[in-house]
Amino acid sequence: MFGWSGTILRVNLTTGAIRKEATNPADTAKFIGARGLGTKIMVDEVDPKVDPLSPENKLIFAPGPFSGTFAPSGGRYDVVTKGPLTGTIAASNSGGSFGPELKYAGYDLLILEGKAAKPVYLWIKDDLVEIRDASHIWGNLVPETTELLRAETDEEAKVACIGPAGEKGVLFAAIMNDMHRAAGRSGVGAVMGSKNLKAVVVVGMGAVKVADPKGFMAAVEKARAAVKLHPVGGAGLKAYGTDVLVNILNETGALPTRNFQDAHFPTANKVGGESLSEKLLVRPKGCYSCVISCGRVTKVSNPKYMGEGEGPEYEAAWCMGPDCGIDDLEAIVKTNFLCNEYGLDSITLGATIACGMDLFEAGHVTLKDTGGVDMSFGNADSLVELTRLIGNREGIGDKLALGSYRFAEGYGHPEFSMTVKKQEMPAYDPRGVQGIGLEYATSNRGGCHVRGYTIAVEVLGNGAKLDPHVTAEKPFWVKLFQDLTAAIDSTGACLFGTFGMSGEDFASMLTTLTGVSYTLDDYLKAGERIWNLERMFNLKADFTSADDNLPERLLKCPIKTGPSKGEVSHLADMLPEYYQLRGWDEHGVPTPEKIKELALD
Amino acid sequence: MTKLLMIHPDKCTGCRNCSLACVFGHEGQFRPAGTRVHVYTWEREGFSVPMMCQQCEDASCMKVCPTGALHRAKGGEVVAYERDKCIGCRMCTMACPFGNAVYDAASGSVLKCDTCGGSPECVRFCPNGALEFVEDNISTRTRKKSFAGKFKAALKEV
Repeated sequence: MFGWSGTILRVNLTTGAIRKEATNPADTAKFIGARGLGTKIMVDEVDPKVDPLSPENKLIFAPGPFSGTFAPSGGRYDVVTKGPLTGTIAASNSGGSFGPELKYAGYDLLILEGKAAKPVYLWIKDDLVEIRDASHIWGNLVPETTELLRAETDEEAKVACIGPAGEKGVLFAAIMNDMHRAAGRSGVGAVMGSKNLKAVVVVGMGAVKVADPKGFMAAVEKARAAVKLHPVGGAGLKAYGTDVLVNILNETGALPTRNFQDAHFPTANKVGGESLSEKLLVRPKGCYSCVISCGRVTKVSNPKYMGEGEGPEYEAAWCMGPDCGIDDLEAIVKTNFLCNEYGLDSITLGATIACGMDLFEAGHVTLKDTGGVDMSFGNADSLVELTRLIGNREGIGDKLALGSYRFAEGYGHPEFSMTVKKQEMPAYDPRGVQGIGLEYATSNRGGCHVRGYTIAVEVLGNGAKLDPHVTAEKPFWVKLFQDLTAAIDSTGACLFGTFGMSGEDFASMLTTLTGVSYTLDDYLKAGERIWNLERMFNLKADFTSADDNLPERLLKCPIKTGPSKGEVSHLADMLPEYYQLRGWDEHGVPTPEKIKELALD
Repeated sequence: MTKLLMIHPDKCTGCRNCSLACVFGHEGQFRPAGTRVHVYTWEREGFSVPMMCQQCEDASCMKVCPTGALHRAKGGEVVAYERDKCIGCRMCTMACPFGNAVYDAASGSVLKCDTCGGSPECVRFCPNGALEFVEDNISTRTRKKSFAGKFKAALKEV
């Protein structure tokens, strides 16, 4: 095969059985790869009602056809499983060089089944696949784990691993690769920990083959030029990282503040990308085959928060900053380092602490509950301390490790949790930006901005510029972006490529790479097919249209200050039209006609 | 006029577009094991350095090559490699002080930079200006000028 490697690696950790299977060209044509192909395997092989942390759940590492090529920013992979935080299908996307290496080793998918009897890691060197003892590595932080495993395998090996958070079942544990890159959301690291799998270590000497090398080169050159010319893709993200959005969202009146009590933060500039670049940035960093370089190599010299590593992203800076009422950038960067070292999803980490602070302020959580940690909004030292407690599941951290919904519910006030399907919403307030609220409510993995980033058109004016405060046309854009994103994720490409590249660019690169013809319509149709497949998994896991909702605070409590003062989310005005556009019935269930149209029957 | 490849590690983001462009230009496929440009990354520090053949004037690889497979044509810019003359003894890989001559078992040949015949793909594909193909008499101009800029800024403040 071209683009795809042609082989799926299946490892059963209970029995130790290792099998190699042929990739099915009919499946890759329909579901592309990565997120789509991984979901297809989950739907075929796993009962959607399964306990996510049981041996019956499967964990799939899935690069896409672009992974390993020089398609611009095309080196990504997804981790697909049933997520323990949400109970929905989970597909967490990560960059770095791990995904491409898996392709060079010869695999389109790595499917992990069962549960090892003791801590193990998987060592893959091309055809050689071994399950090895990891008892001596268990308990280590991510950077140490990575270095120890390289020392006993190959110094240039690519490592995807969990830290203590994944080992201890923190429900929002991440899988980390290349030390600083995270398959962050939905708790995929906890699934890996439940299987007693500390790491996957890969070296690949093979090749990704190209169906039409001349055509691919031409398509790549066109796409690269488009990104280079784009003000965000070609310059802004490299100069300031994604954290440049802090000031933009604050000026839109959609920067959630103090656990969504408000949407405007007076000292936002202190935690924005401009301040980060001026004070703590060492240099920009790019993932494999990246042309954008939004990665931040950062360093804090202040002894109190000393450290070096990467980040934060905008969403991390937001949840650890304004959402917690904090404007101390050094404390935020330190907290982000800890998330990478312990292997934690920075968004749910910050937002869960913000929820805890809200409950503390309201008196529902007391100093006695927290073991003496002052959980007042604005306390930067507590932010850092709580992150360590969560990573180690100690003290109050043991309860916070379950995410904000279960934490707040434990204190009798689930309404304080700013979640959809029990996953924390990120850094764009649905009261100040209407479309993103519909996106959160309908996202197949719970509260998440990167299933359909309508901020591009509602705030940034990328391709079109819409009024963020109106609901008109938003269902159309949410559906379009969700479908396109599902296709891009499944291709193994970075969503940020859309800051420059068009849907046609992705489709023409995929066509010339694989030799399978995709028009823009075919490409979007594949995305829609993948979206519906995920939806069908969730429906079988007992989710209903009642779960396509937002926290009451966003529907009833208006924003208090700033440019969006007085606004609430008008989700109910958008949801029926969205279902209709999707070809779903009024209960949000795909109709038989739609299922047939998408060849999902 | 001789040109050479200059690296600027301070601008390198570690993306490896250079490695991929190199091997794709030579083989029409993406096989990093077959690249002539290698990037090393220190992940804790986030620092990356691209490495390729320096086309040494007094090249050790050429000197130890027993068959003349590695040679410099009269007035030539690069240390050239002739696959047909190579006996696979790998003396060159041991002699190169930079490790920039690599034996590739898959193709049964020595891999070293050939500047793509005077138009290096790695330079064309580097999105960060970390690689330059410049005349050797002005090879350090960019770096010198960049440092001079720091002097300029410092003296302005005085």
